[in-house]
Amino acid sequence: MSVAPTAMGADRSIRLARIRLGDLGSVHSWELVTAVDGPGTRMTLFLSGCPLRCLYCHNPDTWRMRDGRLTSVEDVLARVGRYRHVFAATGGGLTVSGGEALMQPTFLGRILAGTKELGVHTTLDTSGYLGANATDAMLEVTDLVLLDVKSGDPETYRRVTGRDLAPTLRFGRRLSDRGIATWIRFVLVPGLTDDPDNVSLVADYAASLAGVERVEVLPFHQMGREKWARCALAYDLADTQPPTPELTERVREQFRERGLLVY
Amino acid sequence: MSITTQDRAAHEAWHDFAAGPWQERIDVRDFIQRNYTPYTGDGDFLAGPTERTTRVWGRLLAMFPDERERGVYDVDAATPSTITSHGPGYIDRDDEIIVGLQTDAPLKRAIMPNGGWRMVETALQTYGYPVDPDLARVFTQYRKTHNAGVFDVYPPAVRRARSSHIITGLPDAYGRGRIIGDYRRLALYGVDALIEDKRRERAELDELPSVEDVIRCREENAEQIRALEDLRTMSASYGFDVSRPARTAVEAVQWLYFAFLAAVKDQNGAAMSLGRTSTFLDVYLQRDLEAGVLDETAAQELIDDLVIKLRIVRFLRTPEYDALFSGDPTWVTESIGGMSTDGRTLVTRNSFRMLQTLYNLGPAPEPNLTVLWSPLLPEAFKRFCAKVSIDTSAIQYESDELIRGDLGDDAGIACCVSAMAIGKQMQFFGARVNIAKALLYAINGGRDEITGQQVAPETAPVTGDLLDYADVRARYDGLLDWLAETYVDALNCIHYMHDKYAYERLEMALHDRDVLRTMACGIAGLSVAADSLAAIRYARVRPIRDERGLVVDYEVTGDHPRYGNDDDLADEIAVDLVRSFMAKIRGRATYRDSVHTQSVLTITSNVVYGKHTGNTPDGRRTGEPFAPGANPMNGRDTHGMLAAALSVAKLPYSEARDGISLTTTVVPSGLGRTAEEQVSNLRGLLDAYVGSGGFHLNVNVLNRETLEDAMEHPEKYPQLTIRVSGYAVNFVRLTREQQLDVLSRTFHGSL
Repeated sequence: MSVAPTAMGADRSIRLARIRLGDLGSVHSWELVTAVDGPGTRMTLFLSGCPLRCLYCHNPDTWRMRDGRLTSVEDVLARVGRYRHVFAATGGGLTVSGGEALMQPTFLGRILAGTKELGVHTTLDTSGYLGANATDAMLEVTDLVLLDVKSGDPETYRRVTGRDLAPTLRFGRRLSDRGIATWIRFVLVPGLTDDPDNVSLVADYAASLAGVERVEVLPFHQMGREKWARCALAYDLADTQPPTPELTERVREQFRERGLLVY
Repeated sequence: MSITTQDRAAHEAWHDFAAGPWQERIDVRDFIQRNYTPYTGDGDFLAGPTERTTRVWGRLLAMFPDERERGVYDVDAATPSTITSHGPGYIDRDDEIIVGLQTDAPLKRAIMPNGGWRMVETALQTYGYPVDPDLARVFTQYRKTHNAGVFDVYPPAVRRARSSHIITGLPDAYGRGRIIGDYRRLALYGVDALIEDKRRERAELDELPSVEDVIRCREENAEQIRALEDLRTMSASYGFDVSRPARTAVEAVQWLYFAFLAAVKDQNGAAMSLGRTSTFLDVYLQRDLEAGVLDETAAQELIDDLVIKLRIVRFLRTPEYDALFSGDPTWVTESIGGMSTDGRTLVTRNSFRMLQTLYNLGPAPEPNLTVLWSPLLPEAFKRFCAKVSIDTSAIQYESDELIRGDLGDDAGIACCVSAMAIGKQMQFFGARVNIAKALLYAINGGRDEITGQQVAPETAPVTGDLLDYADVRARYDGLLDWLAETYVDALNCIHYMHDKYAYERLEMALHDRDVLRTMACGIAGLSVAADSLAAIRYARVRPIRDERGLVVDYEVTGDHPRYGNDDDLADEIAVDLVRSFMAKIRGRATYRDSVHTQSVLTITSNVVYGKHTGNTPDGRRTGEPFAPGANPMNGRDTHGMLAAALSVAKLPYSEARDGISLTTTVVPSGLGRTAEEQVSNLRGLLDAYVGSGGFHLNVNVLNRETLEDAMEHPEKYPQLTIRVSGYAVNFVRLTREQQLDVLSRTFHGSL
């Protein structure tokens, strides 16, 4: 479904115009998944490009927009349409993830709107850091947001991602105000994000939002390690172990204490 | 047949049943349709095992470790098996409800030399049993076997193709199987009525001129009648008179089992499937439940006891056979569920009971429980199936939509994926050809890439530094013409001789006279061939030649689409291969004018096929196993399990009516966070797959760690069941090689 650069012809300016219009976007890959990235069986579309550099990122190959393949909205929607009966049978839909999907807001907006027009459930998986890029019109066609709150403490957040926490908090608040269904995700990394105070801040924040349906505490794993090596990137967490079941349980309990549904 | 007037016994047996044409002629489907009670509720009514059930099963459980260790528990090396060869045998005479064993003791295997003497001899030697010289003389000098007959008539081309492994697993030394007797007929009508009907058929045959076909039919008819009489004698030895129809549910189960038992004493078929019996039996159970003769506990106990018997069907086989079909399978396949053509569901309470045996007795590979899935099935049944799959991994699913559309609503699965109308259709089982190896032959001018021998007719091998798609495809086409010709030739020889020397007299006695026969061909290596062609077409493939001038390896530069990612570019190559090979098969004349079909199924022979195939242009290395059945190659399906399944669903069932097999393994967390979510998601996936035209799905819900631990500590997992191609096996009974293969298959952490 991707458009090979050569097939775009020599007319670079047309291509750039199409990118500006959100007609073309940079896509890393897609996958049909079940039980992750939202309800039912989903087509998860990974867009390329991300402003964060999370230490534990398991998809560092999605960081740079130029590494993706230029793909048209039309092609994406054709594939979404193809799986309409799958989504109907499983209660699933489309999830746009990344990278950071909001790096390409026009492209993203057109995909979400087109998907909605097909009668398919839409989910946006985001860190919220570029939440300001999400227009009200875009949120109008977004059924569910998976909001990755990588830390509650701004300092820890900066250590983990290299960026500020505030935009994420603002975006979550906006979702809450609009009553958009939200799943909060928190990646638990021993020695990095597991401090009880840090977790409490995330939990307090999650509990303060209106549309939060569930919280997913995702235990850190080492399955992304090879990708760091392949991308020739220095990986700080090479020696970090996945959290123990006890630690994971402690953290989940911190969310549960606030009346949240936690997995 | 004039059952109503002639037989008071029938009148008595059929009280409270709705009358219909089934009383005037043999028509089990009509009986079911007029009398069954669809059930749309959930499984809450089900009963657990009784103490008696647990006790009887426990006796066998205690015997399994010995059997696993030695390969067999015991063998009667002196008595060739027939329907009446052995006296009655029991697990525990006083404790059993349903009785009957293949020999005089449980797990004691019989010899069945009609298929071939060498197989018997090798098996006896392997397991340390004496070979009776008198028997050896009988079956080598006085009584010709199927195997001897086949090798009298094989042409040289077939022998070459066979020994080079481009055609493998042919049933030329063992029973072909995949024939389902309509075992329900004995319960519904009794032996007398069945014999009477066969005599009627005979009278019709006697009116026809005595030409070869008619003479053969008359002889078969005589054998069938004799087999039915033997069935009566065998049942009498257990104290039952099956001359008349079954009067109660207990008798119905017992009669049905006797008919099946006679079949497995008469034949060592590769697959000895049971058919579609659950809903039939439900009619009897329901009548007795309503009359207060039976309660739910007793009804479940009856089914549990039947299943115990089905779990201990055993045949004596050789290690070579086991390498192809590992885990000592018998394919006692029972087809459950589905929909009636009038829109009612065929799910009954007994459909649930049959699945409940997996809880009451623990998971097991046999009987091979097969759910005929339709998006129209009752929701509660769908959820129950999904739950049982998640808990036991012991169910396979086949599309009721495709089967019903093709064969109506009284069809069942033989073996793994072969659908047939019960009592009206049989097949000539044809194993499969290796189409991946065929591609290598095409490149090498008909020479074998490993031995260098000229196997297929000599053509000019490819020249040049780069493989050209059009050129290779044209050569491949020619090679496949030869392969189809040689293959059907082999099968014609085999089935002529099987009919002659190892005719399934009892199973065919439980069929109509005029059955539909299919010539069930098959292909292996589809994903390897498709990916190889995709590489040649969309990337650059440079052949590497050895000193003999043979192309023995390939260097691939650039990327190419791969089968199994719902990418039409690659999937269409696979579709085209299926279509074109089927067309070539159809071009060959078949024995008894059987209808050509094919399957995309490997059972566990994907390992053996891979072992005998050199490097392929898709990057697969010499000896590396193929993917099983129609699966994408291990690890190349990168867009999730469902995308892979949707690629497989593109293979047209009309061009592979003997079935298309897909096996998947998922970890429980890949289906959802909660048990409830897991059930919903698996149910949804099955709906989506069948709704997309998918035919068959094996679902293993297992942790990788569980399997690794089971390899190291088999004693901890005596009942661990996993699904491989079209059947389930006991994981600890696989060879280490096969266990590793299972592990290396895509383990879909998330679906």
